[in-house]
Parts: sequence; C-alpha cells; structure tokens
Amino acid sequence: MPRTTVYKASIDYLQILDEDGVLDESLGMEDGRPILSDEQVMYLYEQMWIGRELDEIAFKLQRSGRMGTYPQNKGQEANGAGSGFAMKKGVDYIVPAYRENITMHMHGLPYHYILLHWMGDERGNKIPEGVLTTPISVPIGTHMLHAVGIAWSFKLRGERERCVITYFGDGATSEGDFHGAMNFASTLSVPLIFYCQNNQWAISVPHEQQMNSPTVAQKALAYEMPTIQVDGNDVFAVYKATRDARAHCVENCAPYFIEGVTYRLGDHTTADDARRYRSEEEVAQWAAKDPLIRTRKYLESREVWSDERQLELEGRAKKIVQEIVAAAEGIEPPVSDDMFVHMFAELDDDLRRQCETLRTSSIGQNPDQAGLKAEHQNA
Amino acid sequence: MAHLTLVQAINLALAQEMERDERVVILGEDVGINGGVFRVTEGLVQRFGEHRVQNTPLDESGIIGVSIGLAMAGMRPIPEIQFEGFLGPAYDQLVNHAARYRNRTRGAITIPLTLRVPVGGGIHAPELHSDSPEAIYTHSPGLKVVMPSTPRDAKGLLISAIRDPDPVIFFEPKRVYRSFREEVPEDEYTIPIGQAKVVNEGDDVTVVTWGASVFQCLEAMDNLPEDVSIELIDLRTIDPIDTDTIAASVEKTGRCVIVHEAPLTCGLGAELSARIQEQCFLHLEAPVQRVTGFDTVMPYYKLELEYLPNAERIGKGIRECLAY
Repeated sequence: MPRTTVYKASIDYLQILDEDGVLDESLGMEDGRPILSDEQVMYLYEQMWIGRELDEIAFKLQRSGRMGTYPQNKGQEANGAGSGFAMKKGVDYIVPAYRENITMHMHGLPYHYILLHWMGDERGNKIPEGVLTTPISVPIGTHMLHAVGIAWSFKLRGERERCVITYFGDGATSEGDFHGAMNFASTLSVPLIFYCQNNQWAISVPHEQQMNSPTVAQKALAYEMPTIQVDGNDVFAVYKATRDARAHCVENCAPYFIEGVTYRLGDHTTADDARRYRSEEEVAQWAAKDPLIRTRKYLESREVWSDERQLELEGRAKKIVQEIVAAAEGIEPPVSDDMFVHMFAELDDDLRRQCETLRTSSIGQNPDQAGLKAEHQNA
Repeated sequence: MAHLTLVQAINLALAQEMERDERVVILGEDVGINGGVFRVTEGLVQRFGEHRVQNTPLDESGIIGVSIGLAMAGMRPIPEIQFEGFLGPAYDQLVNHAARYRNRTRGAITIPLTLRVPVGGGIHAPELHSDSPEAIYTHSPGLKVVMPSTPRDAKGLLISAIRDPDPVIFFEPKRVYRSFREEVPEDEYTIPIGQAKVVNEGDDVTVVTWGASVFQCLEAMDNLPEDVSIELIDLRTIDPIDTDTIAASVEKTGRCVIVHEAPLTCGLGAELSARIQEQCFLHLEAPVQRVTGFDTVMPYYKLELEYLPNAERIGKGIRECLAY
C-alpha cells in the first residue's frame, strides 16, 4: 500500500501598510490606484480616531463611577474599521463580540447605545429598525452560531447578495461553539466571514497558553474554509482581505476565515490590570504598531493630512464624544416595568402579577389572602 | 378525523405548518432521510426538500445556536434534540441566548423557535435517554415549556408553539409515542399554551400531573374503590403554569397529589405545592402530597420502573392524602 500525502496547506500573511505607514504598491494598488482612495482612508482614520476618543472617555466614565465595567477597543481599531468598511451597510449583517464599537457604528448604530449597554441599560441593545447588527455579546464564543443561522436564512431565502461577518477573540476559539459554528458554516455552506481579532491575550492568558497552533487562521483548514492571516493594525490589509472574503462568500455561498493579528493596548476591561501579567516592553512594542499612527503617516505621505487637519479632527472628536455621553446620560431612567414587559410578546398571569405588585411573597402574589384568615375565624 | 399515534399527530402538525408557512424549517441530527430516531419527521424531507429538513452535524449547542440565528433573521426554526439527556450542551444557547434575546434587546430582536425533545423514561433506553428536566427550563425565565400527553393535544399545542413569537420547548413523552391512538382532526387547530386540562372531574382529591404520568394516574384511579372521586388534571403546559385551574380544583377537593417523573427536590411539584398553599391555604384538608422520581440519578432500565411513579405508588399517595 502506498503512503501518500492526502492534505497539504499553508497560511498566507498579508500586510500592505507597514508600521511606518509605507504602502506596499504591489499589494495595495489596483488599476494604478491605491485600493482605498485618500478620501476613504481619511474617513477610516476619522472613524478610528473618534472610536479611540470614545474609548478614552468611556474609561474615564468608569473610573469616575458614571459607567460600569467597560472593555476598551484601544489598539484594535483597524480590524473593526477596515472590515466593517468592506461590508455593505443595510445589506450585510454584523454579529459582534464587544470590541467592534467602530464596526457597529459604521453600520448605523448610534454610539450612545454602546455606552448605554455598559451603563447597565438594556436599551443599549435595542437595535434601531434597519440597523443590521446584533447587540454586544458578552458570553465568549457563543454568538458565532447565531451568525451561521443568519447567513443560512439568506441562503434559504435566495438573498444571494448578502453576507454576514462575525467577530471574536483568540480566547473564543477554545470554546466548543467556535468549532460548532465553523463546522455548521462549512457543512451548510453559508456566506459568513469569521473574523478573529487575535489580540494576543484572553484576559491574562497569552496565545501560547490558549492554543498550541502558531496561527488562529490554520484552524479554518479543518473546516475546508479559505483562510488568511492579516496584520490587524493595517487598515489596508484588513480592508482588502475582508473585501475579497466577502466577494468569495457571496459568489460561492460559502464561509471564509480571517485572523487579524493585533494587540489589546488597554486592560481586558476596566476591572482588570494588565500590568499584573504582561511586560511594559511588550506593550511598548505594540504601541509602536498602533493603527492610528501608521494611518496618519500614510495620509501625510499622500499630502492630504496636516497638523491643522489633525487639530480639527481632535476638536471635533471631543465634541462628538461629549454629545454621545450626553445622549447616554440624558436618557430617562428605566422603570421597573421594563424588566417584565419584554419577557414575552404577551405576559402570562404570573409575570403580570409580579410586575404589578413587585413582590414575590405568597401574600404579595395574592393580596386577597392577607385578610382571609380573619374572615375565616369570624365566620 | 384520523386515528393517530402521538408520533403521527406531531408529524401531521409539522407537515401542515411547513405547508402553511415557508419560513418553517426543521433541523437536527438524523431528521432527514431517517426521519429522526423516533421517526417523528418521517417523510418530510421527501415532501419539502433538504433545504427545509436539514440534517445537521452532531452538535446540540450548534443546533440551538444556529436556530437562534435563523429565528432572529425571520425564519421559524424547529430544531430537534434527540433525547432530553443531550440537552446539556445546548443549555447555554437556550438559557443565555434564546431565553434572553427579547428582553435584553427590549423587543428589538425576538427568537420564535420551537425546540422538540423526546422526554422521560419507561422505554428501556440506554443511560441519559430517560430524564425529565422540565423544571430546569421552567426555572429559567424567557422560555415556555410544553408537554402534551395525547395525540390530539400534541397536534394543537405544537401548532401553537410553532406560531408562538417566543421560544418554546416542546417535550414529547416518548413512552406515549406509540402507546395508543386517538381521533385527531385532520384540519389544523390550536390549543392555547398555558391551559391545563381536567381529564376527569371529581370531588375528593385533585391529582395534578403531565406527560406519560397521566396514564399511570389513570391506572391508579382504576385500582381505587369506586366511591373515591378523583379530579385528574393534565397540566399540558409546564410554563406558564395554569395556577387557576389547579387552585379552582383544590378549593373544591381540599386535597392534592402531584405526580411527576422528575426528582423530588426542586421538581415542579415543589413549585405547585407552594402555589397551592398560597392560593388555597384555608381550603386544604391535608398536606400536598408528592409522588415523584427520587433524588437519585435516573437508574439504568432494569430499575427504571422502580424509579418512575407507577400506579401502585400513586394509589398509595392518593389513599394517604385521603386518610390524613
């Protein structure tokens, strides 16, 4: 019996814009032009900057007691911005985890919804009609299955121009539901992009303790899915990979996998102190690869960005974020009825009674019981 | 009218709803050409095609998670889990996602799915094929839980479940799947979720049960003296609980025996007896009696009939309640 190789594979890594903001023209140009026009890069840079500003203010809101636990997106912005830009707003569906503020916003979610979520208010998840994103998902690695279902519904209804993208971290790939979602997407063959934001750390557990595979991208090989690793701090590479993945998904009604190699510059959340488990040197190395810095350098090299424009953006971002905070803090407080009225389309008697009395003791459940004993004894 | 088993009645309801509403899709392990391990979906893939009756990978959490996505995107999925003992892996998706989505999005995203699951013991199945976990999902807010005991109720309740805008777990007592036939209307009809059924009217003691235990209770009643008048209530829906029907009966009889296959402690009987004392305290002539499975793991099948409430144990419970 012969012994033959029945499977061979390799993983590509894509970087177009390097740490100094220099564009690789062989990869970043098409038809003699950069794949993203200067206007588009400025738009993405502004989105990333405003997202970063919101992140910094959100951190301060938590520290000053005006908001609960919050997970910063800082350092990972190019992933959400570049990929979100490649998806079609109002057509495609976004299924995020919780470091995709920019993506959700680019697809129509007002930013104050995200603050409301972290301020402990469900109205932050009340996605407006026509905005095609699911809300922030906290339980790790469980929401990608929902993305499979949404993508499958597109296929079942023959909506062949639509695609779904779902985001998750490196830690999520250890969950069974990650593999379940990959397997379902692959066997059902649905138009879905799996986007892993590999930020190197799952709270305090580093990549090498999370998995023994050098890339996350290679996990897709087991599901016979096209897969690529990109520099997640390079908005050009993220955009191009996602644009091409989307085209593949729509054309073939099939899934695609992207690993964005990036870094969480902040703590896991405001409840965490990353200095306990990672070195300042490591953080400094990654800070030098900051997506905002290199995108700005690129724009300056194109001579479309100046210190004046930067100052204008910084001022505008501050104002925008102030308005976002005002919108989140200005909302009327929720009332206790809100807990109950959305449990089901129609409330059952138990819920109605609990809602009306806000009590769970037996007498509270049936206030008529309170006087019954006396009546009984008098009778 | 057709003379149908529980399996046939459920199959008919599925076919009629798929015919009526093209958003309805079935998914699960072996639900296609094999018709499911109990043949409940037999013939449906031939009639409606593979895109609407989808065999899935062997992944219970995946089946429910994907169904949630389908439901939020406007479909009406009917996932099947092969046995209640395999609900464990799907618990997270059911309780942390399906049950919460409407509330956590303040009504913006809803999950109209109907999860079908064979339930309960008594068919000499291997381990983890005979449990009764209905109380677990009743304790989890945001899910409706249904367990019919007859073909006619099953068809009407399943159609209600499929049309319900919220997630419903539809437990099918496997001991009843082929145990008898009854007349089931051909036309579609619904039985409202949340309404218990008085199977037998009586004055001396109320017996509350559901699922396959209904038939053990009927057998126990046959063995009691003729002058004992028993009111038998088949709950049919576990969540929301039809407290009114139970309370009205216990106010009349003053005595109540609750029968279920699931373990005693924190079983549904505990909740029902709490409600009975809340609603009927001054009408009670005896403590509420529970005849249930034990606080052991479900035994392998050589001992399952010792574990499950049988006519003898139920009869003893009724006599003790009457004699108090």
